[in-house]
Amino acid sequence: MSENPVRDAIQDAIRDHEVILFMKGTPEQPMCGFSARTAAALEALGAEYAAVDILPDPRIRQELSAISNWPTIPQLFVHGELVGGCDIVSEMYESGELATVLGVDGGGTPAPEGAQPGAAPMQIENRLG
Amino acid sequence: MPSTDDLKTRIEAAIPGAHADVLDLTGGGDHFRATVIAPEFASLSRIEQHRRVYSVFGTEIGGPIHALSLETRAE
Repeated sequence: MSENPVRDAIQDAIRDHEVILFMKGTPEQPMCGFSARTAAALEALGAEYAAVDILPDPRIRQELSAISNWPTIPQLFVHGELVGGCDIVSEMYESGELATVLGVDGGGTPAPEGAQPGAAPMQIENRLG
Repeated sequence: MPSTDDLKTRIEAAIPGAHADVLDLTGGGDHFRATVIAPEFASLSRIEQHRRVYSVFGTEIGGPIHALSLETRAE
């Protein structure tokens, strides 16, 4: 156990979830247009993903940005790697790259099973079916 | 409060040969969109291109600059 449980929890969540979106609010109730747009792209592809609301604890955003070297929210990670924020995810959605990265055909086929629900001290909104 | 001209000037000063077009999305001086074209982007991934532009503003992103939406390309 390190001295930074929030950072550990974020790193565990990124590692344990094949597709995970850090956002303001939840997919059902996004609190920012950029987060809403990014979640909508995932929904439109029928992707399964975990979502973390960063708003309840300011340390989540602080530690997340320190880990990812990315200053803004939302942030989408696939297989442990930062894919990007709203702009990049939107561009990739429109070009079809996002479906490829997510392993979906763009027609609503669920991604292969892989990620498991994690027990982290953050509220993870599980979208894993 | 930063202006679109401030952002444009700072991006173009920090990234050699860059051309930036900056819009104030809301008129409130805190939500911006920038299109940045710079030769050095040719050797950077899209993530790295955005990081490069964000790095011009450091902790101002998320602070005084609430949002900076980006489109980047090499030419």
